Amino acid sequence: METFILQTLNGLDKGSAYALIALGLTLIFGTLGVVNFAHGALFMIGAFCAVTLSRILTLSYIVVDESKTDFLGNPLKVDVPYVFDIFGQSTGEAIIDWAVPLAIIFSIPIMIAIGWIMERGLIKHFYKRPHADQILVTFGLAIVLQEIIKYYYGANPIPTPAPEAFSGSFDFGALIGFDANTIIYPYWRIVYFIFAAVIIGAVFAFLQFTTFGMVVRAGMADRETVGMLGINIDRRFTIMFGLAAAVAGLAGVMYTPIVSPNYHMGMDFLVLSFVVVVVGGMGSLPGAVLAGFLLGILESFASMREVLELVPGINQIIIYLVAIVILLTRPRGLMGRKGVMED
Amino acid sequence: MTKSTFTRRGALKTSAIAGAGVAMPTIFTGSSAAAFTNEPAGSSVTLGFNVPQTGPYADEGADELRAYELAVEHLNGGGDGGMMNTFSSKALQGNGILGKKVEYVTGDTQTKSDAARASAKSMIEKDGAVMITGGSSSGVAVAVQALCQEAGVIFMAGLTHSNDTTGKDKKANGFRHFFNSYMSGAALAPILGANYGTDRKAYHLTADYNWGYTTEEAVRTSTEAMGWETVAAVKTPLTQTDFSSYVAPVLQSGADVLVLNHYGGNMVNSLTSAVQFGLREKEANGKNFEIVVPLYSRLMARGAGANVKGIFGSTNWHWSLPDEGTQAFVRSFGTKYGFPPSQAAHTCYVQALLYADAVERAGSFNPCAVGEALEGFEFDGMGNGKTLYRAEDHQCFKDVLVVKGKENPTSEFDLLEIVEITPVSQVTYDASIFGGELGACNPGA
Repeated sequence: METFILQTLNGLDKGSAYALIALGLTLIFGTLGVVNFAHGALFMIGAFCAVTLSRILTLSYIVVDESKTDFLGNPLKVDVPYVFDIFGQSTGEAIIDWAVPLAIIFSIPIMIAIGWIMERGLIKHFYKRPHADQILVTFGLAIVLQEIIKYYYGANPIPTPAPEAFSGSFDFGALIGFDANTIIYPYWRIVYFIFAAVIIGAVFAFLQFTTFGMVVRAGMADRETVGMLGINIDRRFTIMFGLAAAVAGLAGVMYTPIVSPNYHMGMDFLVLSFVVVVVGGMGSLPGAVLAGFLLGILESFASMREVLELVPGINQIIIYLVAIVILLTRPRGLMGRKGVMED
Repeated sequence: MTKSTFTRRGALKTSAIAGAGVAMPTIFTGSSAAAFTNEPAGSSVTLGFNVPQTGPYADEGADELRAYELAVEHLNGGGDGGMMNTFSSKALQGNGILGKKVEYVTGDTQTKSDAARASAKSMIEKDGAVMITGGSSSGVAVAVQALCQEAGVIFMAGLTHSNDTTGKDKKANGFRHFFNSYMSGAALAPILGANYGTDRKAYHLTADYNWGYTTEEAVRTSTEAMGWETVAAVKTPLTQTDFSSYVAPVLQSGADVLVLNHYGGNMVNSLTSAVQFGLREKEANGKNFEIVVPLYSRLMARGAGANVKGIFGSTNWHWSLPDEGTQAFVRSFGTKYGFPPSQAAHTCYVQALLYADAVERAGSFNPCAVGEALEGFEFDGMGNGKTLYRAEDHQCFKDVLVVKGKENPTSEFDLLEIVEITPVSQVTYDASIFGGELGACNPGA
């Protein structure tokens, strides 16, 4: 039972990341009709926003410490962050410690700007082109973006830890009546799950309860009619692209303490997120979220030793297996509209 | 009247055959004048540095390339000479190799076997490289080693840790200075026994590819021999980034040690997951829960950050070693680049010098003569103490370092501390245990 609960928690956590990325993908596909293979790169850029802010906060000047030597036997050069001088050492240390949460604020305008530039500068020229062209150009863009990141940040993972207050784990089992030390779960993963739930809720609320969201939903249902009413739907869709980029970026920022960011992390998530979108139903926002959590949980259970002993290698194919079964039995996906992906 | 036999069809046939002949790679034809593949004819000799310049090990590849460039500089008489001053063999004079200036070409392995073979092939066929060296993966090393065997050039492996490179896949033209999985297991087990006791239950997470298998096997064999029990061994996909679903069940398994047979990004991520799940603060079976990383790399330790503190592992070499050779190399490298070299850089630098020295001692670039000079060669002053290039499998035998993540690092490079230098006698094994045949040396011509 403990293992079952642990893997469910893991699945929800992993599913949070899938759901956030798939949500953005679905927003773009639903509004602009574009299959955006560069969406994983936006997740990765979000993670590197956290790395960048961390580096900005640790920008330092050098003080030579004559009492110590470096690896060559020369006097040791010690880096002193400027924030220590500005805010004092203890406040400066706290600011550096909280770099990842602070990166949420830092990343939002950057991600919206990147999304806007991406859409206006490149993707809008492919709206009327076949999906194959869109896939090729966005996939190429993803490779360019990840190579740029690799050029500036290197190929190795960069540790970007959570604030000290969230670095440990807590006894989830004791909280729900199990023996102590049976279900241990990291604080930050709980934070990630709650954060994802808030973002998903905010996106749905935005689309459901604002005039802007109502127009966007109307445009998703019937773009031409909305256009004929004199509403500039293209401008709203561009804003939605920026919003989707911001959602992917925020997912990346908060993921950095879970997996140290590297230039390739977007690609690792991209294919899985597409499967999530297809399983959930192309263009269906609730479907993307539901499928994200569902596949995250399934993937977690498939990684259990007992399951692997029974079906070796199932952990590597479970998501694709489910996708095949869903597409064969329900081509429009779990919550897709009838007619989409069925012709 | 004579009738000409020259026809359009005949001309086309002739030019097609001639074209095919010209286009046929010299690797397959050889040169009738040359005694072996790419025999250097002019005043220079070309070496091929095949390292990952893109892909997940690009940073290691960059460090390998720095080391090779430093080696070339030293071989040609530039710089301070580095380890050439401490090397026990005095054949190298700083005037190139056999009086020929050393030049080099580079290839990008991308840490993919097919790409690595293609770049090595190009360097041999188009650039005339007489030796290929480098790499940061066992899959790549085995693939390129086989290609060099077919092509008739020497392959001096870079960072490759699988037993197979000089075990079942060994080749007469291939040589490895780096240690292997077996040696890691043999060196680590006594230290683990001394620190954690001999009554332990281990849970292995193993990267699902060749290197992972040989490392798991080596560590299992060594630890089980001293009384540890292996509770479970789970293979994890090489592409895995979040290891939470593999790490979370470990505490319920009855294990009190987690062995991470992972390297590179896998190691960084699995260790991060294990630490996040609080394994290191837990108790199991009345003992502190422990984590072991069989193969450490400073570049990877940097990625894992504070998570490596106190965790045991093994390494081929470390820049903090006090011997003369290490200090000379660290001084050269550090002065030129501003930071200490990695173990990948060290093994590549040493391999370049060992090749050049073997050519000097053999008096020829002929791969068979070079191979003979390397086989059974004993040397010192290269950072690992007395070392033997064993003739039977072309594997270097030397002391192995057991290291531990440093509790209080003084810089971003000062991440590992040496716990023990395991003597070579403890990590030596019979050359036949991993199977394979060296076969005959191939000079290529």
